[in-house]
Amino acid sequence: MKSMKQQFAMPALCMAALFAAQAHADYSVAIAGPMTGEYASAGEQIKRGAEMAIADINAKGGVLGQKLKLEIGDDACDPKQAVSVANAMVNKKIVFMHGHWCSSSTIPASDIYNEAQIPMATVSTNPKVTERGLKNIFRIMGRDDQQGSVAGAFIASKFAGKKVAVVDDKSAYGKGLADETAKGMQAKGAKPVLRESITAGEKDYSGLVSKLKAAGIEVLAYGGYHTEVALILRQAQQVGLKLSVVGGDTMSNNELVTAAGGNADSVFFTFAPDARANPEAASVVKRFRDAKVEPDGYVLFAYAAMQLFQQAATQAKSVKYADLQKALAGGTFNTVTGKMAFDAKGDLKAPGFVVYQWKGNKYDVVK
Amino acid sequence: MGQFIQQLINGLTLGAVYGLIALGYTMVYGIIGMINFAHGDIYMVAAIIAVTVLTLLGALGISAVPLAILITLAVVIFFTAIYGWSVERVAYRPLRKASRLAPLISAIGMSIFLQNMVQLTQGARVKPIHAMMPGGFELFTHDGFSVHLAYTQIMIISVTIILLAVFSYLITRTSFGRQQRACEQDQTMTALLGINVDRTISYTFMLGAALAAVAGVMVTVYYGVVDFSIGFVAGIKAFTAAVLGGIGSLPGAMLGGLIIGMIESFWSAYLSPEYKDVATFGILILVLMFRPSGLLGRPEVEKV
Repeated sequence: MKSMKQQFAMPALCMAALFAAQAHADYSVAIAGPMTGEYASAGEQIKRGAEMAIADINAKGGVLGQKLKLEIGDDACDPKQAVSVANAMVNKKIVFMHGHWCSSSTIPASDIYNEAQIPMATVSTNPKVTERGLKNIFRIMGRDDQQGSVAGAFIASKFAGKKVAVVDDKSAYGKGLADETAKGMQAKGAKPVLRESITAGEKDYSGLVSKLKAAGIEVLAYGGYHTEVALILRQAQQVGLKLSVVGGDTMSNNELVTAAGGNADSVFFTFAPDARANPEAASVVKRFRDAKVEPDGYVLFAYAAMQLFQQAATQAKSVKYADLQKALAGGTFNTVTGKMAFDAKGDLKAPGFVVYQWKGNKYDVVK
Repeated sequence: MGQFIQQLINGLTLGAVYGLIALGYTMVYGIIGMINFAHGDIYMVAAIIAVTVLTLLGALGISAVPLAILITLAVVIFFTAIYGWSVERVAYRPLRKASRLAPLISAIGMSIFLQNMVQLTQGARVKPIHAMMPGGFELFTHDGFSVHLAYTQIMIISVTIILLAVFSYLITRTSFGRQQRACEQDQTMTALLGINVDRTISYTFMLGAALAAVAGVMVTVYYGVVDFSIGFVAGIKAFTAAVLGGIGSLPGAMLGGLIIGMIESFWSAYLSPEYKDVATFGILILVLMFRPSGLLGRPEVEKV
């Protein structure tokens, strides 16, 4: 017994010492998103990006002389779980949050961060995220209404005269984006022939596919996530239906390519201008690639969110909410995804959306 | 017309998959009178193993599709049957004498356990395989709508018919089937007659798991994408199919599966994909109102 106790006592003491030391010295910053579940690959991108950013910031001496410590929250894109993650993060006394990812998670969670006075930067694109008057939320990506009008105009010009169906997955993100895309098309004089919704997470979309086929649809404007698009494309191919898909930022995930079984080349999507092409991002991009991480999708956004925090805290000379919030709302920041400044709602002043197309394993800008 | 036939084919395929899973529910219910809620997750485990085996075979250079599918079926059935046996041994057998609620909760626990185990060991990402049997027949074209019958759909429907025939024979004509039906009626009496009740129940679970394994392989080849969460929806749908057809009855489970597959397929093609689950469960409620024991189910006789 005695020896057992000693065995446990030593590491326990060391751990206690470690924690004590950390608790005093470090600032905790957090990321939250779908680390597990259907969209876990996006969570992984966020994690990779944030980890690299924090390692870089700490290597340069941290923020205001303190090292950063990363907390990771997993909401699996489930609104209920997002709320409990938010509460857990508040208990961990984080000073900054990058997240969540799914709009339906970000919206309920942001109320909790707002109450606890924690500033947050998110990539969620549903307009509602910043339309509720919360002062603590900053969106480092465009909005679905912007995304939708770019997508709508693209469909109207590229696929002029073709029959278009607008379909969503009933999620806050998907439905919002699909509605905005339909609006964007109508603004350019194109009218969708069909408007449908599906249930995400199922495997059989053959009913939808044959409905599209019967209606002679050639272009599918889809609001939702990449996993469903992959299945729809596979099942369309089975019944000899050639579909072009126009989707949103979530289609940037390369899982789409494998899951669609060789049909991904007909997928177009809107996404922020490719940050990998920024000259300022070149060295960061190189280090990601050296670490065998392709900095696509949300990787650089997570990196940028951490830079945003570091610069705002440095400008404010504090990590107190009032000071940070003021700095974020008023300042201009240089990040790997470009210059960032926010309007009164917390949206980017100059967001941009560009249309991309998958080609093999890579996506490229459509000119 | 073209679309109608196409949806008939799609509905048959979907219904066959639901039916295969429903057979497992119904067999287990038949013998011990409990709903094995972990059955949907056994099917998911089978699909994941199928992806692993298919990928492995691809890496070994075995490219003949029928051979690859046969090997996969054999391996997946073997491992999934072990899962079925273990689930019964660990989660249900110790509770056989307990109140009806205990094994039910244990089953839900098992389902959560299996799902999380796969998520943690295999990762949460979707697991795609390349299209194994692309193509099919273009049957005819009507009003500019070409009707396609994919090879995979033929495979699923014919495998299901064969399995239904084999299992019906097994239950009604063989000595194992007799033992099983005896256990269903009175376990104590069956044991007194020298039949090993525990073993019969274990075999039933293994057979149920084997059916789920076949469904898992078929779905993997048909849809080409699986992940750890597919067991839940499929399990609920198959359970609904079993109840609709009359739980405890093999043809009932198949009929229930086909009806649900058809409703889903026609509803989403002609009305709205958004409300297809509402339609499915609405019909379930209607049937149960007029036939509480399901379409082909016998009303339960109270045992004295």
